[in-house]
Amino acid sequence: MTASRSSLRYRCQLRQPATERRAETHPLTWRLHDDNRLIGLDEYLDKDGYVAVREVLGKQSPDEVIEQVKEANVRGRGGAGFSAGMKWSLTMKGEGIPRGYLVCNADEMEPGTFKDRLLLEQQPHLLIEGMILGGYANNSRYGYIFLRGEYVEAARALSRALEEARAAGWLGNDIAGSGFDFDIALHTGAGRYICGEETALISSLEGSRANPRAKPPFPGQSGAWGKPTVVNNVETLCNVPAILRHGVEWYQGLSGGRSDDGGTKLYGVSGRVNTPGLWELPIGTTGQELIDLAGGIRDGKALKTWLPGGGSTGFLLPEHLELALDFDTVGQYGSRMGTGLLTVVTEEQSVVSLLRNLEQFFSRESCGWCTPCRDGLPWVVKILQSIERGEGEQGDIELLEDLAVKLGPGKTFCAHAPGAAMPLQSGLKHFRDEFERGISHRPRAAHEDPIPVGEV
Amino acid sequence: MNSTAASRTDARIATDAFILHDEDRRAIVHELGHYEQPQAACIEALKIVQRRHGWVPDGAIPAIAEVLGVGAADVEGVATFYSLIFRQPVGRHVILVCDSSSCFLTDYESLYASLSETLGICFGQTTPDGRFTLLPVCCLGACDRGPALMIDDDTYGPVNPDDVAELLEAYA
Ligand SMILES: Cc1cc2nc3c(=O)[nH]c(=O)nc-3n(C[C@H](O)[C@H](O)[C@H](O)COP(=O)(O)O)c2cc1C
Ligand code: SF4
Ligand code: FES
Repeated sequence: MTASRSSLRYRCQLRQPATERRAETHPLTWRLHDDNRLIGLDEYLDKDGYVAVREVLGKQSPDEVIEQVKEANVRGRGGAGFSAGMKWSLTMKGEGIPRGYLVCNADEMEPGTFKDRLLLEQQPHLLIEGMILGGYANNSRYGYIFLRGEYVEAARALSRALEEARAAGWLGNDIAGSGFDFDIALHTGAGRYICGEETALISSLEGSRANPRAKPPFPGQSGAWGKPTVVNNVETLCNVPAILRHGVEWYQGLSGGRSDDGGTKLYGVSGRVNTPGLWELPIGTTGQELIDLAGGIRDGKALKTWLPGGGSTGFLLPEHLELALDFDTVGQYGSRMGTGLLTVVTEEQSVVSLLRNLEQFFSRESCGWCTPCRDGLPWVVKILQSIERGEGEQGDIELLEDLAVKLGPGKTFCAHAPGAAMPLQSGLKHFRDEFERGISHRPRAAHEDPIPVGEV
Repeated sequence: MNSTAASRTDARIATDAFILHDEDRRAIVHELGHYEQPQAACIEALKIVQRRHGWVPDGAIPAIAEVLGVGAADVEGVATFYSLIFRQPVGRHVILVCDSSSCFLTDYESLYASLSETLGICFGQTTPDGRFTLLPVCCLGACDRGPALMIDDDTYGPVNPDDVAELLEAYA
């Protein structure tokens, strides 16, 4: 029985029904409808929309805003977990420094990640409100939403919302009578994962090839067109209105003592589970709780391993399912929380094959600037392919381990290569036997003992 | 590069007599207003041309460079970097198949095999009737419904190998 075309259409949907979401506990999603419809300006205003903008602009100083975001401890939801308030406090501003840019990173392409899409498609005004507040805190002159080109539905929703907000005076000059001027443009990308790296994103925004830039200077000192530039993820910015509306203590309380991080998190599960999907939950929710919400593993199979937050995070084991999924905790176990969307691998699936797929992705998406990344990743792919075919050589595992170190932190201009190294390193550590099974040859020199053609 | 060398290169690239549509020129000029410097409108300009022609012919590069007031080599560099800018003709419909990890784990390979067999082409190729081009794409942000794919502006998932024939029918 084949499915009809309309039933195959992808609709981004939260798994929690509207009856389970409330303003006090679900700051990101309480307004969303079960039928996924877009929340327009009127409805957004009816539901507490732009109240934070009215209460804050001109009434609190930018520094007061930054202080609250810092105390709330909202950590970067793009994957790195850097404190948003801290980042904002480091933005250059003041006498003689030009007003710069606030850029929303909506380039979502991390393998296994499908969270920003929800906020962009269904509630664009929340992002716009967060950006106005972020722009105010950072003394930004202008905002950009850097949206990946494939998010066509999100582009439609954002364009409409930007027009509505401009027409109603939430964007433009003298917003809400505060004397603060700020507007936002939508910039859509043209592919390439590396555009999501914040300095590559700035290169791309400027209309160049998306090569990252060496830091320092950090974007907050010199970013787009040499001006102070703040880059934040969609979900990070969407947290800001509620923090300023309901206060730091409330926000911190949302995690219910599960974590030192504040707030909620959009968590998700994909792979072979019964009901894959997306949930807004207190930060510090465990992997086990998420897999239970996702209805457990399909076909009664067992879990072999999982990635906690995208392709550039490290493999964790079933024993790690009890850990609180927050930035500090996951970081202690050879992985990272990353985007917080779990990729589940079941007992019969091969870690070697999955790694080969991941490293092919990283290899293809390298911008080509640094040698370990440009040349090392294709080499990793080649070795993994031969191990996958059962044609690995003795020494290949050690070689892969060595390459993982050479791709690791501090050896390249951006975190793309370290991101590729993390699943490699952790995969080799936890599943060494799977790699060993793919090794059938003793090491050979090129001139010696060639394998006869057709024999393998 | 000295100016004669630059103009000679531009002239050579322009031999396929590309003429920028007036409407596209106006759209590109409008984009300039969104940014501090004209180079920034480059990607959007390429997309504007691609929307009309389906792809970006070589001749469009100096034409865009002229409107932006930047070097043709800069525009060429950008045009060859981004995966959604097509530098050779594509079919009337472009199919982007997610080949990232979650779709790999939900068997995108069978989906790809079905597409490939139905269309008689591999990744990077266009059907002889000019109807479809098949390309891989980074995680489409639809991993909860993997394996996922896009046809033009439409995203689908999960798509079973058996669904392919009916799905393609809607795209003439
Ligand atoms: C290769 C690479 C790709 C990235 N892709 C994204 C992305 O698509 N979206 C995102 O928000 N952050 C992405 N990041 C992280 C950004 O560099 C940056 O840390 C983030 O946008 C900062 O926002 P946040 O502090 O609010 O998380 C990526 C990083 C790397 C190294
Ligand atoms: S690590 Fe890779 S993606 Fe990052 S700058 Fe170097 S070559 Fe480019
Ligand atoms: S991995 Fe295919 S849509 Fe995310």
